[in-house]
Amino acid sequence: MSLRADVRCVAADFVVEASIEAERGRPVALVGPNGAGKTTLVRVLAGLAPIERGTVALDGTVLDDDTTHVAPRDRSAGVVFQDRVLFDTMSAVENVAFGLRARGMRAGEARERARDLLRSMDLEHRANARPVELSGGEAQRVAIARAIAHEPALLLLDEPLSSLDVRARTEIRALLGKLLASFQGVAIVVTHDPVDALTLADDMVVLEHGRVTQTSPIDDIRSAPRSAYAAELVGINLFTGRLEPIGDGAARLQTDAGAIVVSCPAALDSALEDVTALLRPVDVVLFREQPSQASARNAIRGTIRSIADDGQRARIRIDASPPLIADVTSGSVSRLGLKEGGPVWASFKAVEVRLVLPS
Amino acid sequence: MRDLPGAVKVLAALAVVAVALPLVALAARAPWSDIGRLGASGPRTALFVSIEVSLAAAALSLVFGVPTALVLARSRFPGRSIVRSLALLPLVLPPVVAGVGLLAAFGRRGVLGRGLAAIGIRLPFTTAGAILASAFVATPLLILTVEAGVRALDRRKEDAAETLGASRWYVLRRVTLPALAPQIVAGLVVAWARALGEFGATITFAGNIRGRTQTLPLAVFEAMQTDPGAAILMSLMLVALSLVALVALRGRFLAR
Repeated sequence: MSLRADVRCVAADFVVEASIEAERGRPVALVGPNGAGKTTLVRVLAGLAPIERGTVALDGTVLDDDTTHVAPRDRSAGVVFQDRVLFDTMSAVENVAFGLRARGMRAGEARERARDLLRSMDLEHRANARPVELSGGEAQRVAIARAIAHEPALLLLDEPLSSLDVRARTEIRALLGKLLASFQGVAIVVTHDPVDALTLADDMVVLEHGRVTQTSPIDDIRSAPRSAYAAELVGINLFTGRLEPIGDGAARLQTDAGAIVVSCPAALDSALEDVTALLRPVDVVLFREQPSQASARNAIRGTIRSIADDGQRARIRIDASPPLIADVTSGSVSRLGLKEGGPVWASFKAVEVRLVLPS
Repeated sequence: MRDLPGAVKVLAALAVVAVALPLVALAARAPWSDIGRLGASGPRTALFVSIEVSLAAAALSLVFGVPTALVLARSRFPGRSIVRSLALLPLVLPPVVAGVGLLAAFGRRGVLGRGLAAIGIRLPFTTAGAILASAFVATPLLILTVEAGVRALDRRKEDAAETLGASRWYVLRRVTLPALAPQIVAGLVVAWARALGEFGATITFAGNIRGRTQTLPLAVFEAMQTDPGAAILMSLMLVALSLVALVALRGRFLAR
């Protein structure tokens, strides 16, 4: 039982041509840069936007094809819209009860069910508040409750965390994680944040410029990202460029943004274009001073662009030639005195770099 | 903000004075000692007819104006701009022409009037006719106000409702109309105020029959010939009623 969509549709000023499959109980993260067509795709799946051609089928029932269009109200879908779109003329509990009432449930029963749902989200005390009176996190919980109250077979979440401040985001991410882990239907989470994708979903579809560039379980994307965007997303260093042997079992990979030294593949006897190289962030070692004659072939000086520290592990983004991502323990951030905007030396061994030669 | 040229401010001040002066003059010239005469049967009857006619006309413009506004703002069909111009035509039409037109349509020999007379419905020179004439000129104001509101609505609210399983009617009732409530109220007040002041279309189509179609403006006009003091007092009564409209609209017109 699953969702299968293979569609072509026209958004405001570009074409989205994408194929998505999602299984029940296995949330899919739909990721991609701004303007890639993610929201358009969500609207198509919800039945709010027309397709030009293709099919959308849920659990074997065709929702869209050349001759069929099932109206949004007749799809068993729940949508959490970007910036929520709550009904501001209704209280929180009326918002949540809306889907039940619209489907003909008696007012009293619908309110009771909505109240139960709000209680399960620790929000019962705000049941009678209007959306304008709610904090961002509270409003988001109401939006989520509204979308799931009628137990939809298809749950679509469009950037459910992007409009929230840091604290609310952590709280809602945890809530969604719990919710999606037990959700029996098909769930699709649109996000541009890798952390959300990794924590909320099992599979990932990468959408760029209206095209799907990668569809895989998240673990697979992590080990073999197929575009710089996907690599950045899962937090892996990806380099592409011209590879030439420099002797001594080594080769140099010249990218547009600097060169690195890698081990030379046995088969390489002349320069090769379009070579991709991958480097895990944990294999990048950081120093405050230039490392003295270490065994690592690569030592690159740079400036720290950002530090994302979750208390145990810190992800450091470094502006350098080429730019690098490094994962270090939180302890080493303070031990090395790393600061955003500060200087740093990054080092990694040639053998840690994995090459993907063009076929 | 950059300061405005002096001439602009002077002209604006003159405009405000020009509006205020007649009102002040009304109050100054009013025979206040005779105020008790407003309680006499003539003015009182005209007041009741005015209230009945203007409220009924406002209700009528609500019933027909809101659907028209929704269709004009939302539907795409050939000739839409022509339909829109037609719906708003009474705004620019001289009211007396509206009255003559209504007679041509609903008069005893009118296009529809004959059929209506056959089933016992007579509109010209009746209270119902006065209501129709007032609604005719007032409805476009409500349409304009509500249409602007519909265009400003976040359609994703209705999208959300639809994904939640709501029928079109349910979306309209629970989401669209409640979101339009401020514009609908404002449109109602403007339409009511316009109906209250209606003169030309009413006197042409419904006549000036005391107790049936003689509204306050018609009574004022009649009294001007014989009893200017009573006319001024009744005018002040209309000013008081108009102030009610202004207070009701204060969110829109005042404090901006």
